[in-house]
Amino acid sequence: MSLNHILEMNNISKQYGESAVLRDVTLKVRPGEIHALLGENGAGKSTLMNILFGMPVIHGTGGFQGEVRISDQPVTIHSPQDAMTLGIGMVHQEFMLIPGFTITENIKLNRELSKPNLISRILGHELESLDHAAMAADAHKALTSVGVGIAQETLVRTLPVGYMQFVEIAREIDKTGVKLLVFDEPTAVLTESEADQLISVMKSIAASGIAIIFITHRLHEVMKAADTVTVLRDGKLVGSKPIAQTSLVEMAGMMIGRGGEELTGPPARKQPLSGRVALEVRTLHVDMPGESLHGLDLDVMEGEIVGIGGLAGQGKVGLPNGVMGLYPASGSVRLFGQEMPLNSPESALAHGMSMVSEDRRGVGLLLDESIEDNISFNAMQVKGEFFTGKGPFKIRSARKVRAHANTMIHDLDIRCQSPAQTAGTLSGGNQQKVCIARALTMNPHFLFVSEPTRGIDIGAKALVLDTLVRLNREQGLTIVMVSSELMELRSICDRIVIVAEGQVADILAPDSPDAAFGLAMSGISTQEGQNV
Amino acid sequence: MAELNIQRKSFASAVRANVREYIVTYVFLALSILFVIFSGRPLSDIFSQLMGRMSRNLFIVLALIIPIIAGMGINFAITIGAMAAQVGMMLAINWQLEGMTGLLAAAGITLPLAALFGFLIGSLLNKMKGQETIGSLILGYFANGAYQLLFLFIFGKIIPLSDRVTIIGATGVANTLNMMGGGMYMALDSLISIPFTTALYGVSALITAAAIILYVLKKMSLKQLSILVGSSVFFSLLVLLVPSVHQIVKGTSVPLVTFLLVAVLCVFNVIIMRTRLGQKFRAVGQSRSVANASGINVNRTRVIAIMISTVLAGWGQIIFIQNLGTLQTYAAHEMVGLYAGAAILVGGASLNRATNTQAIVGCLLFHLLFTVSQDAGKTLFGDANIGEFFRVFVAYGVIAVALVMYAWKGGKKAKPLTAREVQAKTK
Repeated sequence: MSLNHILEMNNISKQYGESAVLRDVTLKVRPGEIHALLGENGAGKSTLMNILFGMPVIHGTGGFQGEVRISDQPVTIHSPQDAMTLGIGMVHQEFMLIPGFTITENIKLNRELSKPNLISRILGHELESLDHAAMAADAHKALTSVGVGIAQETLVRTLPVGYMQFVEIAREIDKTGVKLLVFDEPTAVLTESEADQLISVMKSIAASGIAIIFITHRLHEVMKAADTVTVLRDGKLVGSKPIAQTSLVEMAGMMIGRGGEELTGPPARKQPLSGRVALEVRTLHVDMPGESLHGLDLDVMEGEIVGIGGLAGQGKVGLPNGVMGLYPASGSVRLFGQEMPLNSPESALAHGMSMVSEDRRGVGLLLDESIEDNISFNAMQVKGEFFTGKGPFKIRSARKVRAHANTMIHDLDIRCQSPAQTAGTLSGGNQQKVCIARALTMNPHFLFVSEPTRGIDIGAKALVLDTLVRLNREQGLTIVMVSSELMELRSICDRIVIVAEGQVADILAPDSPDAAFGLAMSGISTQEGQNV
Repeated sequence: MAELNIQRKSFASAVRANVREYIVTYVFLALSILFVIFSGRPLSDIFSQLMGRMSRNLFIVLALIIPIIAGMGINFAITIGAMAAQVGMMLAINWQLEGMTGLLAAAGITLPLAALFGFLIGSLLNKMKGQETIGSLILGYFANGAYQLLFLFIFGKIIPLSDRVTIIGATGVANTLNMMGGGMYMALDSLISIPFTTALYGVSALITAAAIILYVLKKMSLKQLSILVGSSVFFSLLVLLVPSVHQIVKGTSVPLVTFLLVAVLCVFNVIIMRTRLGQKFRAVGQSRSVANASGINVNRTRVIAIMISTVLAGWGQIIFIQNLGTLQTYAAHEMVGLYAGAAILVGGASLNRATNTQAIVGCLLFHLLFTVSQDAGKTLFGDANIGEFFRVFVAYGVIAVALVMYAWKGGKKAKPLTAREVQAKTK
């Protein structure tokens, strides 16, 4: 009987507490094929791979249902070490290399070849001397099979970024008996030519009989490299197809798909938009780790709700953080025609911009302080409100703070026992409302809301979104909302800007086809998509 | 002509880079020379005292290297290793052990005690990754309380001791333990003590022979060979042929066995880095996350590094005490970590990089300053105390400067280019 599949993951389901992150997912990989695994953030790709590698996070949360078979044998993988023994290797997205080590030392890290010596015979094999010659020979062999001609004694620190990836691959290949390699977004940090080179290396590895799971969100690379594609969405299997039988647009549609949910737009405006430009962003560069922007241009009209979407790590969160001065930024930002100094949160607040941070517990709230103090804190610091007294002898006016907090609690429907309750004791949705209340206390003309519904339950989500729409419709507040949940953006925004690789990939209407969103997220605008 | 210019320029920039790297060392060198001049003491006197200080301090300084390479900064908690050694020494005196027997017994008691303490220190430092240097410094101070409880109350009251180490009518172990009578004073140092000149010629001959053998076996490059042989011959000839130099060193004798132990530790520090374990130390020191991802037990590796360092420091403290001849029960350990840490930093080590050479050079400069600071203080300010204060100030100052420089360099470290930036550059 010939071997059909090197890896079968049959009917995998996984729950973290109450929420199901994988539901009945099946993945089958044949020997020597490049199998693309496609999906948005949170679609379940990483959970599936964590199961494959037996990561502690899986076993620590009650294991999973379903069956994993390697070479037609059912297996149980309890640790990454088990996975390694079974011949499964991982090429990490962030290089797992030690800069001060040579290529050889990196390839052989913790798998060093060594020779026993006098002391090691007494005190154990940890003290065996390293066999540098044999290690170099192995490293050279692995590098050759990857097709890179670099000297194995080169320090990794001195290599160009693209080569580091090849060292990672060489390390996996050097492990004996590798049958399956997982590439986790390997092209994310590569230039185009390096990515092409990587894909040809992947093809030659696959040709030698090693199967490859290729996790990516770049659709055109899937078209170029993969033999089969499996698409996940919301923890469910959408489909698995040979590449020859699918297209870029179909894959994009599968990845985003609305899955039966109806789009319900927000209530219509009473007055049309003024047509004035509220915020004008030009060539904005933001140096925010993991979410950097590289020359983003954007216009936001007065009275609009603009949604910022895109995959994690592409820079969408960098926009509010950069404009508000929380991370180093360069470029030009004009608010209602007025030039704004960057890198100064204080002046951003003073100019009438406010932000509800995505990092609710870290940046947003002082959890041990009362609700009323959280609400009034910024206004006291920046605008000098809520004080009583004369000249330099000003003290905090408890009465004003309390009165304002009560208004906010009523307006935003914050569920609490008293304004003096500490913010940490509130539920996620109510904490979010306190954040919004604090932003509103600054009387902003312009509000950034970053990931307002992250980590709060569905009912609270709707309340927070309704609050935003109401502020926009009733007070004409211009809102820019960043969210990872596309459906949420599509339900309340006038326009949706998709950010990919630190720039605007496309600007779409909420009712644009699913495929258009999918293409934009992988950095292809609709016009380009139609040509493919 | 143009080529020559380029060469000169690169030489100049290399010098600049070197000065920037070792600025602390050069400042210290200049300061030491200045102090030597102002102290007005005969050079032969200074040299002889310096050799004594080197013999008793160098071992402890070398004990700091492994934790630095394992990325744990300067292990100021070697103070606790010194405490373990003092327990050993006190018991050896109590049991009336004499000479080398006493020292070996103390070293034997130190081994399990210091290893246990090292395990505890390492486990604690694992909970405060990134702040090990400060953590171990504070730990050293805190352990002093437990040490006093042990020596004032538990020993004597609970564990009976003889009147050799206690004072009748007083509580706890005596303040000063004298080893002159027991024969442990200088037991190690006086095993073989030879004139410095003889030692220099002997060591030079050994180095030359070893270097040539290694070169013939192709384990050493021609450059290394010429440096080693060249410097050996140079120093030997300097002492042999220049009368004024000969004058300085001729009165000094060196404890051969002590320095032999120091040499063994130097070799140990080099050899261990070439084993599986050493590779783990280096990997963990450079990147804990990468080491972890490749299956290295990071916490265990770090604990081992601290255990080795603590035990070595304990043995170093025994060398120190036997040289002094008296054990200041409640004070001998206090400055151990601070002075050793300052010494290795003076040698140009940083919180993440250290070599034997840096430890030796640092120890030499630091103790040279110590030797002459009192006299220099007297000449310069008319008060020997000022020199005394100055050297404590210098010890703290050097550590502060090293910490600041480390933070400063870390902040300036260039971030790796992203793919986009690389693309932009190639365009």
